Amino acid sequence: MDAKQLYEMLKKVQEPKGYYFNKDMEMTMPLLESLLINKERLGYMACPCRLANGEYEADKDIVCPCTYREDDVKEYGACYCALYVSKEYNEDSGEKEVVPERRPPENILF
Amino acid sequence: MANFISTLFKKLIFKEPDEAVRSDKQTSSKPFDMEAFQMNDIKVYALSTCIHCRNAKKYLDECGVKYECIHVDELSGDERKQVVDEIKNHNPAVSFPTIIIKDKVVVGYHKDKIDKALED
Repeated sequence: MDAKQLYEMLKKVQEPKGYYFNKDMEMTMPLLESLLINKERLGYMACPCRLANGEYEADKDIVCPCTYREDDVKEYGACYCALYVSKEYNEDSGEKEVVPERRPPENILF
Repeated sequence: MANFISTLFKKLIFKEPDEAVRSDKQTSSKPFDMEAFQMNDIKVYALSTCIHCRNAKKYLDECGVKYECIHVDELSGDERKQVVDEIKNHNPAVSFPTIIIKDKVVVGYHKDKIDKALED
């Protein structure tokens, strides 16, 4: 599967739930490519913007779409990576806020 | 002698800005002196898959400063543990990018904070 196919596949599932891909394709396509890299490396699509532990059970919260997406899109209009955004976020052409990390640091196992 | 070797090494490794870039620098709106930064002054802890890290590095490139980049997701074992501990000292959330500019820490891709840290 390539990033374009992943885009089409996920779009069908996520848009009806109110989650849209960032219209900035210079963000979205590299992020989808990174998800495919993580799938290849780890066996699951861990969030490309977070340090995965490398074990599914320990990374369940950051398997895309992560468990933090809902709150982040509600509060900031975008998930941590800004891959998934709200409809309003895509319509607003203004400067975008950086979404702070919501994952508790203790979830990183070291 | 050591300084000479170090300078020679840097010249060999890093492309010298061409004349066009030099003259552009003189009229640049950037309020900092990019030549005041050495390679070991700026460290970027990043993930190879992270778009914010990629954008931050691109921005530092546009600023014309040199930096060292560590892709933490590509490390393993003790090396990874050691680097994560290092990041924790600067940024307890261990989020990316974590950018160290001399003694300043910028967490996330914030152009304004990067500019500020480069100015100081």
